[in-house]
Amino acid sequence: MTILTRNMHGLSPRRRRERLFAAALLFPCFAFVALFAFYPIVHSLYLSLHRIILGLPGLAQPFVYLENYRQLWGDSVARHALTNTILFVAVSTTCELFLGLAMALTINRSFRGRGLIRAAVLIPWAIPTVVASQMWRFINNDHYGFLNYLLFGNDLASYQAWLADPSFAMVAIMVADIWKTSAFAALIILAGLQTIPDELYEAARLDGATAWQQFARITLPLIKPALLIALLFRTMDAFRVFDLVFVMTQGGPADATNVLQFYGYKKMFAEGLLGYGATVSVLVFLIVLGLSLVYVRFLGGEMREEKP
Amino acid sequence: MTAYLRRLLFFLALALIATFSVLPFLWFIATSLKTQVEVTAIPPTLLPSFSLAFYRSALDDYHLLHYLKNSVIVAGAATVGTIAISLFAGYALARLPLRHKPLIMGSLLVVAMFPQISIAGPVWQILAALDWLNSYQGLILPYITLSLPLGVWIMTGFFRELPRELEDAARVDGCSHLQTLFRVIVPLAAPGVFTAAILVFIYAWNEFFFALLIMTQRPYQTLPVGIALFQGQYTIPWGEIAAASTIATIPLVLLVLLFQRRIVRGLSAGAIKG
Repeated sequence: MTILTRNMHGLSPRRRRERLFAAALLFPCFAFVALFAFYPIVHSLYLSLHRIILGLPGLAQPFVYLENYRQLWGDSVARHALTNTILFVAVSTTCELFLGLAMALTINRSFRGRGLIRAAVLIPWAIPTVVASQMWRFINNDHYGFLNYLLFGNDLASYQAWLADPSFAMVAIMVADIWKTSAFAALIILAGLQTIPDELYEAARLDGATAWQQFARITLPLIKPALLIALLFRTMDAFRVFDLVFVMTQGGPADATNVLQFYGYKKMFAEGLLGYGATVSVLVFLIVLGLSLVYVRFLGGEMREEKP
Repeated sequence: MTAYLRRLLFFLALALIATFSVLPFLWFIATSLKTQVEVTAIPPTLLPSFSLAFYRSALDDYHLLHYLKNSVIVAGAATVGTIAISLFAGYALARLPLRHKPLIMGSLLVVAMFPQISIAGPVWQILAALDWLNSYQGLILPYITLSLPLGVWIMTGFFRELPRELEDAARVDGCSHLQTLFRVIVPLAAPGVFTAAILVFIYAWNEFFFALLIMTQRPYQTLPVGIALFQGQYTIPWGEIAAASTIATIPLVLLVLLFQRRIVRGLSAGAIKG
């Protein structure tokens, strides 16, 4: 870059050069995102219109129009995976928000050792999901899992294989997810809580407001953006649940914990059906995109109202 | 009296939160320090005998060091790459005249929300075509891409908060944009760089989905893949899994204990101000 001298100020070539410089600075970021994020999304759409089987390169890869989508529509396992995913997202996100709110309200006071508690809360968030999954798989173990001991003590005959139980396996995965990510919701909400000035509460107290009134009239409205953001991030993240399912149940028993991302992974990389797997992935993408658009609209409106 | 009761309830709630957050993992750490007999004992052995047998076995029989080395290389390189690219992009977005800034920031947010599966097939194909499956760069490049939104958002936020006067002074003194960036802005934004680096490192260290797809051969697999696929000959080697899990988690626990303030600020800055 040429060194700019003082008398070049305000000239339009300078402005043009600045634009060019800005574009150059953005280029690496743009290149990565274009190559490894946007191109793959578009290419998935292309793949979903073809029959492509990995490991059989000799086979033609014919264009099959919407055949994959027609097949997906009638695919009962995919439907099951869709309902499982929605159930997982709804239950775990709701629990995480409530638990996160409760945790944030508790920690949002000054007391000695607050830093330590905050660090403790952060630990489940920082632990690799695979590690958390193995840990919960061990806790749910049928022979020496802690859950069985907690429930049945030394009565070995009552010990259950929780993860092999179709009606409980999903609950176990939800519990693991709630344990791991409530802290994240708590931190986002805590950040929202800390922006509320103390004077508001003091004024309310002077006016004789009860604790509940203070919460409902001051706290809740003011942390609404934070709550919505936590909700947005948690929903999107819950939609791509994979690690927990892969490690704890492999989608079983009898597809009771099969979720969309796991199903797509299996179709593509275990069965080699790249075209059909891409169809699943397009479906997941559209759901998440639709949801995020709704949220962002909601959130955008919320933010604009907040700002004077 | 009621004040006393309230205090008691408050500390009870705190104790509950701490127990809920930490106890399950402490149990797993305890498991890693047991002997085989203690792991399978009923009632469970609460206090382990602090045997290091599982650690030795994880190192000798389950290639723990290998996974650890791969994780350090991949997460380290991904962090450096992401930070370098986000520095440039963040500066441009915060300070330089550019059209469509909201669109750029918005699309980055969309990238952060992509379900991995929706890009998995084509990413796999690209890497296969380059013959980069089972190579470090094959995993580092997608990691950089997927952590760029986080990096750019944090860097842009920090750059925006720096006073403009310092830059203007540097410019008047004859510094080019690039010189201003490296001599004035980067040193001032060091806390932001550091925060972003911690978060990106944690992401790359923990990532499993792409690591599973891309690293199918053991010499290149990272810790999460190793831990997920640990398999004994006849039984599940719980002790070794717990030992490897503890090793994989120690760096993260240290980061959290040392930098929790920064982490919290980084996580919430993007979210609240965004």
